[in-house]
Amino acid sequence: MTASYPYLQRLWKPGILLVAILFSLPIFTIASFIIHPTNEVWQHLLDTVLSEYLVNSALLMLGVGIGTLVIGVGCAWLTSVCIFPGKRFFAWALLLPLAFPAYIIAYTYTGMFDYAGPVQTWIRDTTGWGLHDYFFPEVRSLGGAVTMFSLVLYPYVYLLSRAAFLEQSVCVLEVSRTLGCSVWSSFYRVALPLARPAIVAGLSLALMETLADYGAVSYFGLGVFTTGIFRTWFGLGDGTAAAKLAAILLVFVFVLVVIERWSRKQSRYHHTSNRYSALPQYRLDGYHAGLAFCACFIPLLLGFLLPAYQLALWAFETYEHMIDISFVKLTLHSITLALSAAVLAVVLALFLAYGKRLFSSNAVATSIRVVATGYAIPGTVVAVGVIIPFAWIDNSLDTIMREHFGYSSGLLLSGSLFAVMFAYMVRFLSVSIQSVESGLTKIKLSMDDAARSLAYTPIEILMKVHLPLMKGTVLTAFLIVFVDVMKELPATLILRPFNFNTLAVRAFELASDERLADSSTAALMIVVVGLVPVVLLSHSIAASRVGS
Amino acid sequence: MTSHLEVEKLDAGYEDLQVLNQVSFTLQPGEIGCMLGPSGCGKTTVLRAIAGFEPAWRGRILIDDVEVSSRKIYLPPEKRNIGMVFQDFALFPHLRVEDNVRFGLKSLSRKEQQTRIQEMLAIVGMPAYAQAYPHQLSGGQQQRIALARALAPRPRILLLDEPFSNLDVELREQLAREVRSILKQENKTAILVTHDQNEAFAMADQICVMNEGSILQQGSGYDLYHRPANRFVADFIGQGVIIPATVESSMRVKTALGVIEGNNKIDAEPGAIVDVLIRPDDVIHDDESTDSAIVVEKAFRGADFLYFLRMDSGIEVMCLAPSHHNHKINERIGIRLNVDHLVTFSRN
Repeated sequence: MTASYPYLQRLWKPGILLVAILFSLPIFTIASFIIHPTNEVWQHLLDTVLSEYLVNSALLMLGVGIGTLVIGVGCAWLTSVCIFPGKRFFAWALLLPLAFPAYIIAYTYTGMFDYAGPVQTWIRDTTGWGLHDYFFPEVRSLGGAVTMFSLVLYPYVYLLSRAAFLEQSVCVLEVSRTLGCSVWSSFYRVALPLARPAIVAGLSLALMETLADYGAVSYFGLGVFTTGIFRTWFGLGDGTAAAKLAAILLVFVFVLVVIERWSRKQSRYHHTSNRYSALPQYRLDGYHAGLAFCACFIPLLLGFLLPAYQLALWAFETYEHMIDISFVKLTLHSITLALSAAVLAVVLALFLAYGKRLFSSNAVATSIRVVATGYAIPGTVVAVGVIIPFAWIDNSLDTIMREHFGYSSGLLLSGSLFAVMFAYMVRFLSVSIQSVESGLTKIKLSMDDAARSLAYTPIEILMKVHLPLMKGTVLTAFLIVFVDVMKELPATLILRPFNFNTLAVRAFELASDERLADSSTAALMIVVVGLVPVVLLSHSIAASRVGS
Repeated sequence: MTSHLEVEKLDAGYEDLQVLNQVSFTLQPGEIGCMLGPSGCGKTTVLRAIAGFEPAWRGRILIDDVEVSSRKIYLPPEKRNIGMVFQDFALFPHLRVEDNVRFGLKSLSRKEQQTRIQEMLAIVGMPAYAQAYPHQLSGGQQQRIALARALAPRPRILLLDEPFSNLDVELREQLAREVRSILKQENKTAILVTHDQNEAFAMADQICVMNEGSILQQGSGYDLYHRPANRFVADFIGQGVIIPATVESSMRVKTALGVIEGNNKIDAEPGAIVDVLIRPDDVIHDDESTDSAIVVEKAFRGADFLYFLRMDSGIEVMCLAPSHHNHKINERIGIRLNVDHLVTFSRN
């Protein structure tokens, strides 16, 4: 291939390296703070809150880990090898909770279950009890946070472990039966170990999301790293200490990334066969079928139906005074941001992925891998990592301008939409790269060669072969980034220009001011938009049914 | 008439790695050539260089006496009018069968395209599949469509890169014979790349045996089998053993199985020790013979048995016997030599 594009190569390769360096700058900035000398504020944090952050983060991860595993693996097994009423429906419907950002489900549940909420009011009304007459679990607690995260993040585990179960060769399961294992013991002794890498990969994704969350933990008043970074930055006004906190969080995330990548690699060796026939299906009898139905229905009810119903109820009550000109402006802001970010992310992803296809080299592959780590980095960390170099550039430029031209350039980069967009790319470019690359691998290099031997020029091949084959993937990449940006909270919150609001920021602000019902219109819109990738995923699930 | 395709002292490779080393061969119009060799020997690189996917580092490639690749000239693949069939077929998944075949016919009018498509689908025996999508076809059917697509624009030369390796064994030889008859019918010059000698024998007029980037011998399948130029070719093509022999005269050697006379001059002095190639069909099972050997192992192959025998001197040979001669392992059977082609290699 390289023979045909010598001039392109000269520009393209350095271009890839440039993009990689640019968008990994925030990550390296934060990482450098691991060895940065400490200051007084840091010492203060060390003495007071750091241990709390560590303990809370660890407990949160442990709880969410157990929660997502039980729900995710259990439902995946039921919907992939058992027959019970509603199985087909649950196969895709169990993904619905993905549409809920954790911060939205967190305050929806708080609204439903706190003292003044409908549930406790109903209890008091029917029993006549007073304030201290009964026990009711506190939603705004560590346990509450674990429940919220488990409810919206289990689909990661569900999705990957279900795919792993479906990919398992029927033969190994049948072999285990002929060797004397019952249905259930072949699950524990064969299916589960074979799916383990996929389950671990899904689990690490769920835990990355847990670590990345700011909205829910901040609303619950939990001291963890993301809330600590905010508090240190805005409360104590100390960038260095905040960056050091971010660096520690980065180490946690890095460990998860390594585990996730390693597991994905392992799962390739756990493919036991190239020929898949339909999995054995265990028909459950009445009692067991009922249990299976409940096991799948409860996560769906609690993770999607109930909170969606509550949001819709609130929105119905409040939309008249909530939907006004400023709400329209808000929506436009969100859509404009998400649209531009999605277009940019797709263009950059195409540039990187095609570069890799045309001029595969170690440098290019490594660059793309570095950029592709972004999805794991919490928005808070990205924001701090963007602000620090941008502020440095602004200040240096300002100093130079004032010294030489007597003119202050002020803050050009930090606090601009450019900074917001930059942060989105750092975080979401990986999403579009992944999608575009997976689409591109389906166009085998021999297809390019075949087209050229049939007298087509490279440009014609792009139009006649690649465009029709890539349409779907590019659209998917675009949609996923679009939705992710619509939902994004912490980076936007930190980096947005003064008084620039998005739906997510507005919903979060209203909820933080305890105007839960008022925040529902914006929240509901985010959830509706969030349904788009869920629909896409459920389509691909239906399309990839084994044996057809 | 000069040759149709001429490859002259070609060096080529990828990035910093030189793969081909002084590759030269020629093909006449309508001839089917074959690059045969183990994987990694550079045979596919030869094909890609002819197609124009890889440039020539040194040497040159001429088609109809016109240079298409050399150090100075590089004609891109789309301007060469060379058809290619790929190992993975490389059909376009988003196009129907007829549109895959139409892909290379963009210079024709719609009506001419339609005629040519019908014609090509008829030739490959799949006229009923015009509306199908590639994923609805079996591997063998996809291969036929790939062939139809490559032949449709009437290429000057057709290149086939391991075209049958993705297919079932039973299908391979059948399809190889079919493809050969299609190519002969169209009088198409073609080059096949394969690591499977049976495919090469079934398809090709001229076979180039390659190893480590060089052509070791060019000839017909018969020549390569019976007159291998060196040990690698002798070993790679067909089965056989190499046994020691003493040179008696310029055309005679003496082995443990008796004297062998050849019709080529041996490149060694009388009295010298050389190695002689003994094919399984050179050893005849003969109960009357004074020489005998013990059956060590045997393989039933339908029409015949392939026996692995050990003689009293410890020398092991193979023997091809008709399948009604069913002998047990460890049984002693009579054998004699019947060598039509004496192949000797000097010992270094």
